[in-house]
Amino acid sequence: MKSWIAFWNILKKDVKNYYLKPPNISWGIIFPLSWTLMQLFRSPGGNILELLPGLISMSVLFGTTSMLAVTITFERSGRSFDRLLLAPISLNVMVLAKIAGTILFGILNALVPVVFTSFFIDLGGVNWGLLLLAIFMIAITSALTGLLIAVSAKQVFEAQTFSNFFRFPMLFLCGLFIPISSLPLFLRPVSFCLPLTYGNDILKGAIMGTNTLSPLLSFGLLLVFAAALFTICRNNINRKWIL
Amino acid sequence: MGMVSVSNLKKTYGNFTAVDNISFAIEQGEIFGFLGPNGAGKTSTLNMMIGLSRPTAGEIAIDGIDVKRDAKKAQAIMGIVPDESNLYNEMDGFDNLCFCAALYGMRKEEREPRARQLLEQFRLQDAGKRPYKAYSKGMRRKLTIAAALIHSPQVLFLDEPTTGIDVESSRQIRDMILELKKKKTTIFLTTHYIEEAERICDRIAFIAEGRIVASGAVPHLMESVSHGHVIQFVTDKNIESLAMELQNHFAGSKVKTRAGNSLVMASNRRIPLFPVMEFFRSKGVEVYEARELHPSLEDVFVKLTGIESSVLKKDKEKGGRP
Repeated sequence: MKSWIAFWNILKKDVKNYYLKPPNISWGIIFPLSWTLMQLFRSPGGNILELLPGLISMSVLFGTTSMLAVTITFERSGRSFDRLLLAPISLNVMVLAKIAGTILFGILNALVPVVFTSFFIDLGGVNWGLLLLAIFMIAITSALTGLLIAVSAKQVFEAQTFSNFFRFPMLFLCGLFIPISSLPLFLRPVSFCLPLTYGNDILKGAIMGTNTLSPLLSFGLLLVFAAALFTICRNNINRKWIL
Repeated sequence: MGMVSVSNLKKTYGNFTAVDNISFAIEQGEIFGFLGPNGAGKTSTLNMMIGLSRPTAGEIAIDGIDVKRDAKKAQAIMGIVPDESNLYNEMDGFDNLCFCAALYGMRKEEREPRARQLLEQFRLQDAGKRPYKAYSKGMRRKLTIAAALIHSPQVLFLDEPTTGIDVESSRQIRDMILELKKKKTTIFLTTHYIEEAERICDRIAFIAEGRIVASGAVPHLMESVSHGHVIQFVTDKNIESLAMELQNHFAGSKVKTRAGNSLVMASNRRIPLFPVMEFFRSKGVEVYEARELHPSLEDVFVKLTGIESSVLKKDKEKGGRP
């Protein structure tokens, strides 16, 4: 019960202090909206459904990775993060509470292009359960990637730089813009080491039914990624921040 | 076993030894001061005691709980005030206190009245709804201490609690520390203000270059540095010319003049007052005041650590006034 009180209040504080701030709300809406509009203008006759998995993935990825990395680095530099490290709650609860706000923010970001495209096309054929599951799993793995970055960064600008270092290669290698089968042979193994590849594949399956892997396999692999990232983050925090 | 027990504690960073094999114990309700210049190892020791840093060697127990093995259990009974006030800028004073209480698992119906009570106790009730970033340094410090007390800890760790804040806030904080002592809260306090340590601590440990040079109650530390008997005389006229004559008259004594109308007489034996007064009277000098001088804690610190008090004063200038 005590851990739950701490978890809930850390989440509430982060949502209130960071995610509900006007710049972040506008970023969360404007960024996915502009990407969607840009794609619509670029290929007016194109199939909007084909664009949707990419738009959703990008919205979650950009909404989560840098957000968590920046907020944690900010709290670390002001030493308010020490309060969490010194609280009588387990490191697991603290990590879960910190990523929970980002996951929620990422999910809401992902829903912007979905809602927007619903004005243009009929989304009746979408497998909503699978779609939400994919969004959730992409948000978890991206948030944990953000945390991994936060553990390595000392300054806010470093967190932003490291975020881009991870995000952009991931976008180009996960099959969003270029199908993995068209990538040079030596890059393909890298693609299969990225969680976004599997999230994107589930999204394609949920929206258009064009997934290349079984959703169950992709979901399982995303769980493995999430568990591995969580363990690495937790160990890194324990090793680097409790000197 | 005391409420806090530290034995053979050591912390090294590469080749640098920040804390070198120190041991001490603190009894329940005691205020224990850790006095030393910047870089002496005070914060490194404190960080190990609160579980924010891992000892290279040694043991720490808080109320019998092994901090190395079960830091979270120990942290539940600790209140921690770091050297920098580190609450959340975006939140107001009341919300900051409530958030800190929630970290200790306190329910809403417990934490809100407690936060109001602490705001009142620290005379911050009017500032309770103002964002923390708008607080003065003194107010920030007081709110940070209030946050450490929100869950009524058994042991309070204060790292330089009054550094860099105004005189009035410092006084309030010292009064609050003494109030907590009355309630049997055990207090570990690091400071580089000698006067502060002398005024509020039951026992003091001098730390220099990672080692405890001396520790004990203030009177005990004073006694450990015996400087014989010293009496200061204040007279009605200039007595510089009489200093040497007085010294020769009383074998084994040393006499130094201080300003024109005052001199200090030191001896390893007790100085009998009557013959000295007679000496002055024979020279037509009226004595207005005769006062025994005791060594200050600063004298003791300098003698035991070999560190000039000017080093501490430099630290003080960097940090502000107590």
